[in-house]
Amino acid sequence: MRRLLLRVFYVVALPIVLVAVWWAASDGSTNPFWPPLRTILKTFPDVWTGERLRADVLPSLWRLAAGYALAAVAGIAIGTVVGSYRRVRAVCEPVLEFLRAIPPPVLVPVIMLFAGIGDTMRIVVIASGCVWPVLLNTVEGVRAVDPVMLETARSYGITGMARLRDLVLRSASPQIFAGLRQALSIGIILMVISEMFAAGDGIGFTIVQFQRSFAIPDMWTGILVLGLLGFLLSAAFRLVERRVLAWYHGLRASTRRSP
Amino acid sequence: MHALDVSGLQKVYEGSGRRVEAVRDLTFTVERGELLCLVGPSGCGKTTLLKCVGGLLAPTAGRITLSGKPVSGPPPGMAFVFQEYGRSLFPWMRVGENVELPLRQKGLSRTRRRELVADALESVALSDAVAAYPWQLSGGMQQRVAIARALAYEPQVLLMDEPFAAVDAQTRADLEDLVRRLWRERGMTILFVTHDIDEAVYLGERVLVLSASPTVVQEQLTVDLPAERDQLHTRVDPRFAELRTHVYQQIQAAKRGVPQDGVTTSDTPPPR
Repeated sequence: MRRLLLRVFYVVALPIVLVAVWWAASDGSTNPFWPPLRTILKTFPDVWTGERLRADVLPSLWRLAAGYALAAVAGIAIGTVVGSYRRVRAVCEPVLEFLRAIPPPVLVPVIMLFAGIGDTMRIVVIASGCVWPVLLNTVEGVRAVDPVMLETARSYGITGMARLRDLVLRSASPQIFAGLRQALSIGIILMVISEMFAAGDGIGFTIVQFQRSFAIPDMWTGILVLGLLGFLLSAAFRLVERRVLAWYHGLRASTRRSP
Repeated sequence: MHALDVSGLQKVYEGSGRRVEAVRDLTFTVERGELLCLVGPSGCGKTTLLKCVGGLLAPTAGRITLSGKPVSGPPPGMAFVFQEYGRSLFPWMRVGENVELPLRQKGLSRTRRRELVADALESVALSDAVAAYPWQLSGGMQQRVAIARALAYEPQVLLMDEPFAAVDAQTRADLEDLVRRLWRERGMTILFVTHDIDEAVYLGERVLVLSASPTVVQEQLTVDLPAERDQLHTRVDPRFAELRTHVYQQIQAAKRGVPQDGVTTSDTPPPR
């Protein structure tokens, strides 16, 4: 019980300090662009009503989920193929490095040209940014499968789909998850950016609208919502990762214990 | 018909201008229900040989037949126990799943798989560990899981590649007795590769001494120790000492590259 309290304390101590500093520093501020935190928090429930959650937050989340899922599937699939065959890797690697180096936001105008200005464009933008960390990490993970395990699988006739499912993807899963984690934060950024172009709803759209109509405290509440959203998604991701990679954390802990 | 027939096996590695002849010319047979030990100086191509026999490597020349059928890839009638137990078991699967996985590939029914897994784990005294992960077990226990996986697979020939080289001496003695017991209880055919002379003589019914690389058969001898062996008495048996000395001399000769008498024909030294 004591240890639990202590852990909770460690988790919340710094956020409480930061909020307190923000509160004290902004209290009595007369600068219209830097309103007191008190004002922002008072505005919050008026802005983020149930209606707005449905009309703006849900569409944003749906685009993020669709783009992220698309990137995860494509990244793992292509990464597995590239990682499995040396020849494919030799051909693809320079191109992949080039494509990865392009910042995804600059693709928004290009993608608008062929995907229009609807949800499709936004989903494609999110996916095109999220796919790289997943893909490159999958390549590394698939390449690093232990040769003794591969030989074991061969000698016991574990081939084809079973080999992929029970050996290659499982063995690469720690790296794949590292990629998925990076992709999640990129996805949130791209979700907001894609909603700043030619959008009619979404969190990014709402924040830009408030800014343009000089509803500055409202704009700040939008930024808080984004921060909370990122925090919740990251916590949910960790929960899933802990479950799926329980064996990996156990294995690492056991090799640390023995020399 | 022999359980396993190896004739004229040769394996040459070619790559980047270097040609390494690991195995030159090997011919031997393993009888049904026999425990044959292959022993040779380190680096003599034992692993290469076993991988060729197991269909994991394609030989450059020669023929390998398992119960009369030529081996061209890993055949369903062979099971492998590797030296690196920690890297041969899948750490994301529990012990039971590790043992069961090859059986799923064989297309056995669920109840049959359950039976085989339970029976194999009981044979190696690990029934309690069925739901544990391999990394929660000690090295010796992990190797027993690998042996259970091979048992459940019901192979015609069990191939063991220096399986106890990486465990401590006491665990090793226990595992040797386990192999002897399983062999006698189940009437299995085992091809056991080792670099340890004592282990080869203690375990085998017959010992094949290999030369240094490029490998040929230096000698084969029958181990005329009683079938009932134990660590305490067998190892101080004068006959055991004679046999191990003989094998030791052969290995020393093999290292110097002098086949003592002929290449493959020397018999067991007569008991004094």
